[in-house]
Amino acid sequence: MSEPILTHARNILEQQTHNRRMTWCIVGCIILLFAFIGLGFDYYYLGIFNSRAGIPIVTILALVISIIFAIWSLQSGASAVLLSAQAVPADPKDSDQRQLLNVVQEISLASGLPAPKVYIIPDDDPNAFATGKDPQHSSIAITRGLLTTLERDELQGVIAHEMSHIRYYDIRLMTLVTACVGALVLLADISLRGLRFGFLSGRGVRSKEKNPLGIALLILWLLTALLAPILTQLMAMMISRKREYLADASAAELTRNPLALAKALQKLENASAPTVAIKRGIAHLCVVDPLGKKVNEKEGFWAELFATHPPIQNRIMLLKSMAYQYSR
Amino acid sequence: MIFFFFGFLALVIILIIAAIGGYNSLIQIRNQVRNAWKQIDVQLKRRHDLIPNLVNAVRGQMEFEKGTLEGVIQARAAAVGATTVADSMAKEDVLSSALSKLFAVVENYPTLKANESVQPLMEELTTTENQITFARQFYNDITTTYNTKLELFPTNLVASSMGFKFFPLFQVKDAAEREAPTVDLSLKK
Repeated sequence: MSEPILTHARNILEQQTHNRRMTWCIVGCIILLFAFIGLGFDYYYLGIFNSRAGIPIVTILALVISIIFAIWSLQSGASAVLLSAQAVPADPKDSDQRQLLNVVQEISLASGLPAPKVYIIPDDDPNAFATGKDPQHSSIAITRGLLTTLERDELQGVIAHEMSHIRYYDIRLMTLVTACVGALVLLADISLRGLRFGFLSGRGVRSKEKNPLGIALLILWLLTALLAPILTQLMAMMISRKREYLADASAAELTRNPLALAKALQKLENASAPTVAIKRGIAHLCVVDPLGKKVNEKEGFWAELFATHPPIQNRIMLLKSMAYQYSR
Repeated sequence: MIFFFFGFLALVIILIIAAIGGYNSLIQIRNQVRNAWKQIDVQLKRRHDLIPNLVNAVRGQMEFEKGTLEGVIQARAAAVGATTVADSMAKEDVLSSALSKLFAVVENYPTLKANESVQPLMEELTTTENQITFARQFYNDITTTYNTKLELFPTNLVASSMGFKFFPLFQVKDAAEREAPTVDLSLKK
């Protein structure tokens, strides 16, 4: 695996600002894409902007449906996710789990958030995830493998990473992004089917678009509809990766010990088996990709583009630079 | 003329809303600062309540380390009896250093360390010390946010007119506390 290169050296706080800013840039792009396809649909197929009282019906409908879907999945999502991972509440009588509960208490103090509910997942592969719609209703789940593999300070780093996801409402963000992606894919699909059903010759447009610019725009719109599913999936994954970097930097800020999280990530990378108990749908909430080494070790542009998590060596490098231990 | 009037009115309304918003957020953060300060006390009290249990658990096995154990008991009693805030801080620091000596001693005796009743209590002491540290860290973080907000424009206009004051950050008073501690593990007779 090639050694990652540190292009900009950013400290703990600058990293967080950078990642937050990038998130909103990408979300802006998704919204623009959504608007482009939706409004194009309304314009070309329904001739909306021709009449005085034109409102872009389809765009608004798609938006409303995706918001309803997002709210519903936020409400019921947490318990569904914990159930699917066979999570069991942590038992204070077991000494390892007692330590885990203490660590969660410590990080809650450091972040000023209420302590989340703690669950254990019966899997030997080390991993962890956080879920819940806001800090008052959140949960953290840890695999048994993680408890046995990590030292106390490394456990602190991982818990701080998960609590940072809760702190910055990452669960809510990714749910909304996923809902938007779903609505956009649906919209793009309908737009393309509309071609076959001759929507273009309806109240819409064909007679009007005689000039080359208009036709070029139409073609551009159709191409966008074609590529939209892949593009939005890509952008959702980019957001997920930025939030992972943000959670790492925030964990370093909470514990003031970036090297502990770097050590934990190194241990997690070495224990490379996939986490069977954690299903794919919640991969973006975990500290490392539950699909395991075979996905992360794939070299190259495409593998990294569609991954929910950044490559672990990059994350370790950034953590070390936060501890002033990495220079190029 | 009508346009100017409504434009002016809109501007005034916007300014009032901004001022109210600024004032409310200052109140919220100031309350968080006060809460964070009191949370440190919560953790200190927890430590006071926990220490007698540890002492009882290890008392029987630590006859030969009487000095260290008695140091902890006395430091705790002094800290509980402190009067002013400055006095309390100084005595809590003495207790912290007595406890760290105790940690070092326990590390030195593997049979004591493996003892079943000692292990969970050492874990509890570790977490107590960590929680005190994190409570102080959070206090500093939230106080920094508050102090920054007091200085930023335009909230500083609201702040100065409504009597919001800066809060001090938590600091180490005793210069000796800043030096690296020496760990002496030799057996005392």
